[in-house]
Parts: sequence; structure tokens; C-alpha cells
Amino acid sequence: MFGSRVAVSDLSLTVNRGEIFGFLGPNGAGKSTSIKMLLGLVRPTGGHAEVLGLPAGDVDARRQIGFLPEDFRFYDWLTAAELLHLHGRLCGMSADRLRTRVPEVLELVGIVQHADRLLRGFSKGMLQRLGLGQALIHEPQIVFLDEPTSGLDPIGRRMVRDVIRAQRDRGATVFLNSHLLSEVEITCDRVAFIKDGEVIAARDLRTSSAEGFHVTAQVANLSPSGLAQLAGLVRAPRYEDEQLTFDVSSQDVLPEIVRLLVASGADVYRLTPEPLALEDLFVKLVGEDRGL
Amino acid sequence: MSGLWILAGVTLREAARRKILWTALLAAVLLLAIFAVALRFQVAEFEGRPMSPFVRYQVESGMLMVGLYTCDLLAVVMTILTSIDTLAGEISSGTIHAIATKPIARWQILTGKFLGFAAMVTAYVAITFWSTVAVAFAVTGVLPEHAFHGMVLIVAECIVALSVTFLLGTRFSTLTCGVLALGLQGVAFMGGWLEQVSGFSQSTQIVTLGVLSSLIMPTESLWRRAAYEMQTPLAGSLSFSPFANVSIPSVTAVVYAGGYFVFILGAAMVSLNRRDL
Repeated sequence: MFGSRVAVSDLSLTVNRGEIFGFLGPNGAGKSTSIKMLLGLVRPTGGHAEVLGLPAGDVDARRQIGFLPEDFRFYDWLTAAELLHLHGRLCGMSADRLRTRVPEVLELVGIVQHADRLLRGFSKGMLQRLGLGQALIHEPQIVFLDEPTSGLDPIGRRMVRDVIRAQRDRGATVFLNSHLLSEVEITCDRVAFIKDGEVIAARDLRTSSAEGFHVTAQVANLSPSGLAQLAGLVRAPRYEDEQLTFDVSSQDVLPEIVRLLVASGADVYRLTPEPLALEDLFVKLVGEDRGL
Repeated sequence: MSGLWILAGVTLREAARRKILWTALLAAVLLLAIFAVALRFQVAEFEGRPMSPFVRYQVESGMLMVGLYTCDLLAVVMTILTSIDTLAGEISSGTIHAIATKPIARWQILTGKFLGFAAMVTAYVAITFWSTVAVAFAVTGVLPEHAFHGMVLIVAECIVALSVTFLLGTRFSTLTCGVLALGLQGVAFMGGWLEQVSGFSQSTQIVTLGVLSSLIMPTESLWRRAAYEMQTPLAGSLSFSPFANVSIPSVTAVVYAGGYFVFILGAAMVSLNRRDL
């Protein structure tokens, strides 16, 4: 609770080890606050959270956590290499180990040529790359990334995508909080949609290649009872001016739907299924015009 | 090396790399130059007329106390202004997020930063204090009594002020912190004067008010104790000014300031620990 305003509420979710988990929702849904609770920056007034089997915010758990805040800033009088060195030391790494690790990470996030430049002269994109670097310096088991690509150009975004996948490949878990659904779609293994502090849906993107289909059909003479029968088989059916639209999770049900429509006395002229993108699903679940 | 010491080191490095400390040192050099010139004029004036060495010693000691008081004021203000942004600013900008999520407890973050500033302040006071003493000695040949005690008390005064800015920084914005910290320093100053006045007026209400102010912010009473330690034994009864003492803070006042510091720094740790970042 912040004052009398409820921030996040009955959120409940589990993230498995070794997966890239996408956390989606409109502004103000409680995404950042949820991450802050898991990191111990914000204390929940009620409920329970565990990270790596330890209570959220536990110092030992934090040893295995990397975090890129949404708007990464740091002391502008440090150089990029010094910043990574400092964060590595705070994570308990030895100076010896950091001598090789810091250049590695600078290379990984693509700013090795700026190693000795002061942060004062860094652009937002460069700071974000460096922020990603400090989150990965100690090779943590879990990486929390809050909008990691918001200040980056397309090349930077691709770098972030590659880095995220590399984390999964070495067995780490990535918790990605993002607005950019197309990014999430090609990066994440699993996603959860959050709205007003509730998880309203979760999807496994590995098992379903497309998030179902959006079907547009030209149908005449569809009776209200026919539409009602259809509602039992599909999601969100709408019928207006001989235009019938609905969503299905698989194309396999389409012949049955056609049979049902014909049996109810309707005339079916055309039926077009289109794969439902994550963005469509997001808009459907979260509702339009929520100030994305 | 634990996170606490790493942060203390970073805080010191910050002071050295940013302009704050150097600006404060430059201000001290300027004041010292003015002080040296003023002393020189005084000495020249004394040489022109017959004067008892005893009176001359008293006057020159008095001038040394003016120099040390200036040095003290500058140190307290420098302490408040340089440290005011360290917690408040990092909390409001979100810079602290990247630190507070590292495997380091919040009390260690606070203590590390505190130690960094305390070391910087101690170095600053040591440099300006001994420079002032050296200039006065070079020009007049006068040395303060118990100079080391005096310096330690001035450092203690700055550290008490530092603990207050740290506590304020856990809850308020930088600007609010600055206003409150300097305001409290004003209360301490008023308390000191009220206690001085009470030495003449014998008004118990004024004494109570002065003591109360010094309890709220005990920094000035530490300076007055330092002044008492450093001045010539006679000075207290001759003059009435913030550089010398009519009413001397007792050892209890010094012990109180120590307890106050521990309480305020502890409160700052609890306050930072309990808040959402």
C-alpha cells in the first residue's frame, strides 16, 4: 500500500528456474513494484514471496540476483570500467576475477571502446548497456530486467535479446519486464499478463507457436440461438452486419464451427483464421486504451 | 572486503573527484589568508605602542579563537552541504536501486557512506584547524591551550551534524534536508547564545531555553566546550562572545552529544531499513 492507494494486490505467480519469463501489463499495473518486492526494495504489507527458496529480499538470495532498474543511473564521476568493478566488488567478487571479467562484460554489452570514459558523457542507451552489464557481472542465477530495451536502437535491442538468450543457455533465469511485446514474443519462454495487481493470464510460448487465431467470417442469417451455441466453442464472438468475428485457440475446431453454423440455419460465405499475435492477446486481455 | 568498506572508499573517492571538497578547501585558504593579514596588522599595531605582554597575549589569543571559530563554522556548513544529497539524492533518483539490490544490508550502505564522509570531514578539519594554528603561531607566536582536545571536539561536532543529515536524508528530499539541517544548526547556535546570556542575566527561563536548544541539536555546545579547552584561562571571564565562554558546557554535555550521535545514527539505520525504495 502506498498511502491509501493499493499498489499491486493479489498477484500470484511462479517462475521456473532456467526460463525466460515475460511480465506484461499496462502502465501502473504493478510490474515494477512486483519486481521491487522480489528484490526487497519494497516490503509487501501482506503475502509471501520467495526467490531461490529464500525469502524475497534476503541478502543471500541477492548474491544470486542481477537487476537492471528501469531507469538505470549511477555516479557520473565513475568510468564504465570502474562502475563494473565497483558492482562486482559489491557482489563479493575478487579484484583478480574482475580484472578479466570487467572487459568481458564491457565486450558483451558492446561498450568496450568506452571503458575509460566517465558516465557523465554517456547517452541513455549507453547507460542502459552498462546497467545490463552490472546486472550480469557476477553471473547471477536470476536476472531481473526492467524495460531493458527502452533506450536502445534496433542494434542494441538485438544485443539485449542475444544476451538474454545467452543467460538462459548458461542455466540462468531471466525475469523480463517489458512493454515491447514483439520483443517479448521472440525472447520469452513464458509470459504472464498482469492488470491492476492481478495475474489475468499466463501463456507458455514454447508449446503454442501462435497464441491462437483470430477468425473473421462472412455469415448471413445467423440466429441469436446460433450465436449462443457458438459462444460455447469460441472466445469473444461478435456478430454485426453479416460479419462474424471470434477467437479460437486452435484451427482444429474450425470445421466443427462451420457445421454448427450451417446446422443453425446460417449461410457461411467465407472464413479466415489469422494467427493471434501477443499484442492482440495483450489488448484483448488487458483492454484497449489503457495508456500503453 | 565487505560492502561497508567498499562504499566508504567510494564515498571518499567521490569527495576527491567532485569539486565539493576542493571548493571548501579553497574557501578555507581564502579565510586563512584574510586571518593572517588581520593578525599581521594587529601585531604591527601592537609593536607601535608600549603594552603589557600579558594583555597582548590575551588579545592575540582572542584573535586566534576568532580564526578557529571561523574554521569551525566552515567545517560544520561544509559537512552539511556535502553530505545532504548522498542519501536523499540517491533515493529520489533511483541510483540506490542498483546498490540496495546487491548482497549488502541497508545499514551497511548507510554506515559505509557515513564512514566515508566522517573520514573526509576529519581530514578537512585537521587541515584547516592546524593551518589556522600554524598561521597564528607564525605571526604572533601564540598557541592555543589543549589544541588537540579542541580539534577532536570540532570533529565530533561535525560528526554529530553528519548523523543528523543522514537521518534526514532517509526520509526527506535534498532541499528539505538542507533547510532542516541548517535550521537545526541555527537552533544550536541560538541555544549557545542563550546559555551565554544566562551567564550574565541569571534568568532561569533563559537557561532552560538555552539548554533545551542544545539538547535538540548539541553541535554548538561541542564548539563551546572546544573553545573552553583552547582559550587562555582568563579569557572566559574577560569576554562575551561565541569564541569564548561565560557558561561552559560540562563534560555531561559532551557525553550527551555522544549519546545523541549514537541515537540519531541508529534511528537513521532503522529509518532507511523500514522505508520502500
